[in-house]
Amino acid sequence: MKLSRKWLTEFVDLSLAECGDREFAERMSVSGSKVESTEDLSQTMHGVVAGRILSLEKHPNSDHMLVAQLDVGGAEPVQICTGAWNVHAGDLVPVALHNSLLPGGVKITKGKLRGVLSDGMLCSLKELDLSTHDYAYGVIKAAAILGDYHPLDPAKPSIPANIQPGDKIYGKVIAARVKSVANAGVNLWRCALDTGRGEAETVSDCQNLHEGDLTAYDTGKDRICSLADLRAEQAEFPHCIPDGIFIMYEDVQPGTDLRSLLGRDDHVVEFEITPNRPDCLCMIGLARETAVTFGKELKLHTPVVQAKAGGDINELAKIVVEEPELCPRYTARMVRNVKIAPSPDWMRERIRNAGMRPINNIVDITNYVMIEYGQPMHAFDFSCVDEREIHVRRAREGEVIRTLDGTERKLSTNMLCICDTHKPVGVAGVMGGENSEIVGDTAMVLFESANFNGPSIRRTATALGMRTDASSRYEKGLDPENTYKAVQRACELIELLGAGEVVEGVIDVYPNRTEPTVLELQPERINALLGTSVSREAMEKILLDLGFTLEDGLVHVPSWRADVSHYSDLAEEVARFYGYNEIPTEFTGSVSTCGGFTPEQQCEREIGAVCRSLGLDEIITYSFISPSYYDKIRLPADAPERDSLRILNPLGEDTSIMRTTVLPSMLEILTKNYNVRNKAAALYEIGRIYRKRPDGLADEPKIVSIGAYGPELNFFVLKGWVEELAESLDISPLRFEAERNNPSYHPGRCAKVYAGERCLGVLGQIHPAVAENYGVDAELYCAELLFEALLELRGGVPVYSPLPRFPSITRDISVVCGREIPVGELKDCILRSGGATLADCSLFDVYTGHHVAAGQKSVAFSLTMRSEDQTLTDEHAEETVKKVLKALETRFGAVMR
Amino acid sequence: MKERMQGLREASLRAITDCASAELLENLRVKYLGKKGELTAILRQMGQLSAEERPAMGQMANQLRADIEAAIERRRTELSAQLLEQKLERETLDVTMPGVKNRLGHKHPMYNVLDQIKDIFIGMGFEIEDGPEVELAEYNFTKLNIDEGHPSRDWTDTFYFTEDSSILLRTQTSPMQIHAMEHRKPPIRILAPGRVYRKDEVDATHSPMFHQIEGLVVDKGVTMSDLKATLNLVVEKIYGKGTVTRFRPHHFPFTEPSCELDIQCHKCGGKGCPTCKGEGWIEVLGAGMVHPKVLSGCGIDPDVYSGWAFGMGLERLALGEYKITDMRLIFENDVRFLEQF
Repeated sequence: MKLSRKWLTEFVDLSLAECGDREFAERMSVSGSKVESTEDLSQTMHGVVAGRILSLEKHPNSDHMLVAQLDVGGAEPVQICTGAWNVHAGDLVPVALHNSLLPGGVKITKGKLRGVLSDGMLCSLKELDLSTHDYAYGVIKAAAILGDYHPLDPAKPSIPANIQPGDKIYGKVIAARVKSVANAGVNLWRCALDTGRGEAETVSDCQNLHEGDLTAYDTGKDRICSLADLRAEQAEFPHCIPDGIFIMYEDVQPGTDLRSLLGRDDHVVEFEITPNRPDCLCMIGLARETAVTFGKELKLHTPVVQAKAGGDINELAKIVVEEPELCPRYTARMVRNVKIAPSPDWMRERIRNAGMRPINNIVDITNYVMIEYGQPMHAFDFSCVDEREIHVRRAREGEVIRTLDGTERKLSTNMLCICDTHKPVGVAGVMGGENSEIVGDTAMVLFESANFNGPSIRRTATALGMRTDASSRYEKGLDPENTYKAVQRACELIELLGAGEVVEGVIDVYPNRTEPTVLELQPERINALLGTSVSREAMEKILLDLGFTLEDGLVHVPSWRADVSHYSDLAEEVARFYGYNEIPTEFTGSVSTCGGFTPEQQCEREIGAVCRSLGLDEIITYSFISPSYYDKIRLPADAPERDSLRILNPLGEDTSIMRTTVLPSMLEILTKNYNVRNKAAALYEIGRIYRKRPDGLADEPKIVSIGAYGPELNFFVLKGWVEELAESLDISPLRFEAERNNPSYHPGRCAKVYAGERCLGVLGQIHPAVAENYGVDAELYCAELLFEALLELRGGVPVYSPLPRFPSITRDISVVCGREIPVGELKDCILRSGGATLADCSLFDVYTGHHVAAGQKSVAFSLTMRSEDQTLTDEHAEETVKKVLKALETRFGAVMR
Repeated sequence: MKERMQGLREASLRAITDCASAELLENLRVKYLGKKGELTAILRQMGQLSAEERPAMGQMANQLRADIEAAIERRRTELSAQLLEQKLERETLDVTMPGVKNRLGHKHPMYNVLDQIKDIFIGMGFEIEDGPEVELAEYNFTKLNIDEGHPSRDWTDTFYFTEDSSILLRTQTSPMQIHAMEHRKPPIRILAPGRVYRKDEVDATHSPMFHQIEGLVVDKGVTMSDLKATLNLVVEKIYGKGTVTRFRPHHFPFTEPSCELDIQCHKCGGKGCPTCKGEGWIEVLGAGMVHPKVLSGCGIDPDVYSGWAFGMGLERLALGEYKITDMRLIFENDVRFLEQF
């Protein structure tokens, strides 16, 4: 919502001098009306003045430029070159002087144009950030100047190059030379012509005529021809364009700063209004907040309508609200003998500074009232309303309407429409129909000032994809009490502007008057909530200033404050104007809780810490993935993981289902790193997966996801990480089983990891086919561990075991056995058979090749033996080694090498 | 004899001083002091001396032995010092060569910030609460006083799993307020960080998945004054001592009164600059007193208890903390990015 500080002074006596933008923004923001920005419009344009063209010469070095001498209020005239052809000596034009600034940030400085000094620039409407809606007379029409003729086909010109006055062009159109041009009123030019056969005088509305120009003159219609009259294309007359300098017909002296004329001597404050305060989306609402914030009086005005037109609206129109639920109130008045015209400067200026565009007096009045009162209004051309009946009803199946923006809209039966007896003439609260649009010859206007159901308007606007100024107000729920005041104000303005004659009477369909909310004022309760000690009197004053009324200790909430329905809402009103920042800052709650992490959270933090100590970087990935990712990781068609929660309205396919495995997320990040040529990556994430539950919600277990690639990486590095992780959580012993059937992993380099019978997860090299699906030509390694299992199996507080008192001895053994026998099983066998003194056994070599038979391998272990009550001798050691070797031979046929 | 001893003294001491290695020194010791050494040979001749001469010669011989031994010892010390010197010289390294690192991993920058915040709140007696992301509309909206028809419920804003809009991806961590109030009894002090989801296209400041941190306090006698005191302290911990704050009225359906907390722009000191978009203030979080309707909806008597809650976005905080200019970096997880934190 944009607020004009100039307009605001009409309601609150708060001048810019008294309170600058900065203080205004600060105080309004802390009282609840958040200021987004403030803008001093005078800073957005300066050095632009009115100038009178004293003389106009052809540019010596250019065929299409003119050199003007201008009176800009100074002692000396100013010389400016222009390429525009629509100016004449005597014209009043906007002049951007040397070192001036135009809206949009364009700076103008003096310079030479083709060798001729130009001390500034003449401006078009557009360069002043205006349009012909702001100045209807600014419309520019161009005559076809024959000297500018450029045939489309140079070989076949339709006008000969040597054409002379009097030569026939076609029919009654002949060439004629302009002998003189004089202004004959707004956009009218009296031209004396040399027709070759004599002289003629005509009045033209084309602006680009100058003495000496050769024109096409229609002797039959007594008119100088435009391009359209000649059916010529723009390209044939490249400089005869309907564009140019804004020739002003305003009562200003040369040298006048145009900022005041254009309303740029204002400051505009933009507010961010929260959705609970639609009452602040207008001048009066913000003025009320301003008045209370600054302790000033709010000056409101009650509209007065003369209604001298005779007749009564009730005889002329009938309004039937068929859906009172969706349209609680419909108020209307009628205007006859409408005269469509531009609205006055002051109104256009206010509309512009509020961020809207002026159109014409009727449309401008509806917008003006919306900005002032916050009540959207609509004006119908009543002659287009069949049988003079308005029906407020839902659209019928298959109904369409062409809205004011020229778009054909298909309506559905839950959309509320404003209709006549046959057809919709507007989409309620959103936009009017083209079929009842206010046009130049509209004579009878019906002003609609209605209240509609907010959510219904929002759904309609969303479904039609057209959020308008009106709908964005309606959707927040407006005050039904406001419709009457607004329509009165509109009619008052009609009379003020002389835009028509207001017909007697008001139609006001308001079957279920809303009763005001009444609340008890409980000062002690409010103080208890805020931690303050505000007196009842102070609270009452705040509420009264805001428009609440008090009766026997009861608060009557004003109709525009539908957001206030509870004592806590009153507390907020009190707090806002007592001052949020005045509320004491004290710890009043009793801290009787002991903060901390749960065991689960602690475990998660520990796992993270271990991962980082292993060199893994933490990542965060999206919880949603594309269903096609399951194909990428080669999940079979019937895999249960494919049964994912599906988002019905995803942003796109890539984020459309909730992941049931973290693998695609990790692979995607590894791929990204690989693609930017990072030599290595080692990553982890403790992320959730989402498993469908019968009740429609999800189990969301956490997975410890590890992924890596790089020159130093292999299966055993990955396995080492998993082992370290488990060890740090005191989970042992671990068991790794070859896993050949996981479709995402290399069948020969994948293992499931167990602690006892509990599977902790899977780890291994990603299947080369999967890597290829990701476009990665490298070995990728991943592990997926179940956080819950790690948490459950996590060891408790470690118990000290005494340090050995006697030295250990070691013996190395090397055996040859079948290649297929897993080292893990050999090790288990050794540990089981070695007896009590065998403390540890570790693999130190596996060898195949020379000296070892095909199909065999040589495996070497180092055995550590120790006793708790004596120093072991060589005999003890030999005995243990013998037992071990025997067991290995019996079990696996492994023999000492 | 005296002359021989004198000769031996001079010869031996010179030889010892000139000796170049420990090995040669040992040879000299044997040569002079050994059983078959030169001094022994001289002593053997003591028998030939008269009884008067013997004590003086004996004393002289002993003195000579002691001097040679001392010289050898001195030389030995010198030689070993030299040896050590040479060894150290040989072992000298180019210390500018790179160290051998055991690369440590890095916590994600956003979780660095989150952990910092968790620590602050735990210090104030808060517990950390975790909850579901696939959520009922009832918890995400209804019980938070967000009516049917509220724009945030739109399918253009929220991700839904069911046609009847009853199951969704939570759009805020605020449903954790409801969960906490339903399964805990006051006093409640919880902090609930987590992932939330909204239908925003990815760009430099938006992501369809992002993180929020929710805080909730419910107890007897909890006031807005307490909210202010606590959040001021938190902001000071995050942004540094002396950070100027301002509380500004705002609107959330589930708190009343509601507020936003701004901090004075640290870059311009409140004068207005591009960082604070000219406002002089930077919005940090939203908060408010838990709406009595929300309390009673969770079975907590608003006549006995009151509470306050706050919510803040984690991404923006992390981006600000580390001067990260594009939110996409957070979820791209490029190692070169992660390594910086």
